[in-house]
Amino acid sequence: MTERTVELEVLRYDPDKDDAPGFQTYTVPYREDWVVLDAINYVKDELDRTLSYRWSCHMAVCGSCGMMINGEPSLSCHTFLRDCPEKIRIEPLQNFPVERDLVVVMDDFIDKLGSVKPYIVAKEERSVDDGEYLQTPAQLAKFKQYTACINCLLCYSACPQYALNDDFVGPAALALAHRYNLDSRDVGRSAREDVVASNPGIWECSFVGACSEVCPKSVDPAAAIQQTKIASAGDYFMKFLMPWKRK
Amino acid sequence: MSRRPYIREVSKTGWWLKQPRYIRYMARELTSLFIGIYVLILIAGLHRLSQGQAEYEMFLASAKGPVGLVFAIVALAFAIYHSYTWFEVTPKAMPLMLGKKHLPGAIIVAAHWLGFFVASTLLWLIVGSPV
Repeated sequence: MTERTVELEVLRYDPDKDDAPGFQTYTVPYREDWVVLDAINYVKDELDRTLSYRWSCHMAVCGSCGMMINGEPSLSCHTFLRDCPEKIRIEPLQNFPVERDLVVVMDDFIDKLGSVKPYIVAKEERSVDDGEYLQTPAQLAKFKQYTACINCLLCYSACPQYALNDDFVGPAALALAHRYNLDSRDVGRSAREDVVASNPGIWECSFVGACSEVCPKSVDPAAAIQQTKIASAGDYFMKFLMPWKRK
Repeated sequence: MSRRPYIREVSKTGWWLKQPRYIRYMARELTSLFIGIYVLILIAGLHRLSQGQAEYEMFLASAKGPVGLVFAIVALAFAIYHSYTWFEVTPKAMPLMLGKKHLPGAIIVAAHWLGFFVASTLLWLIVGSPV
């Protein structure tokens, strides 16, 4: 009996040799319990050690192994071979420059993430001796889903607005800004506003909703952005209604 | 080893044909075009009304003609689809918390449909049958 196999069509790009990326096909064994990342690891270990890609945890926590699997932004450690057709097309995440093979340049995202101050901006400095910042379960529940973001970039890869406009701050960074804005321990909302409430910020989003559909952690960045739009529009009108109440 | 990142160009006009979810998005956006045209026709009707009874009767006759009727039916279908897509996403934009828990999205969507039917019924009762 011949062993069942799957075909991986992998987009390869070697900046030293290639002018443009091209597909290379590998035939790997099929295993019921394998995810696409296992198949790629098989290629690396047994067939072609020149293949470059990122991965680390193999359990949808580190956010490193995002790639296009049959045209869909996916975590390769989270996509089972048994759920794929016999030919699997694997490309680097779209909307990002290709560094080499399946590795993308993510500098743009890292810069944008930093620009929204994705950390608690506290009202006053506290020392370790002062103890923890206390929070009730209800206060935590307000933003908890947005803390699940693993920066895997699937949302940027799915977002047509980011594809068409590099300036767009993008789903994950805006969702994380919203996460800290909702945090009862944080007072950084006005400090984030220059980036978040700008045109390339939330207003570039036209609510396609693709980011939320591909998010492997159910963060729902589209929801975060729409909620920020409502809050920001509220700020705008409050400026006219209560001009004395400046931030 | 050198760095020479390769940029894959995105089609400015054809990008939305690549994914069913992008096509669904474009369909949702397209519905507003029909609603916009319907509003323009209403404004034209008001203009005819200001010109006198004969002109207004002519406007009404053309609105009830085959082209006018077909457009009205198509616009109504698109308007319903438009409302459906927006009501579906309201729980994302306006989540409500009761104590420690988020109110289920289905309740928020249902409340919007209820509000829509109540408002439509009230309008119907006040303005009466338009025909």
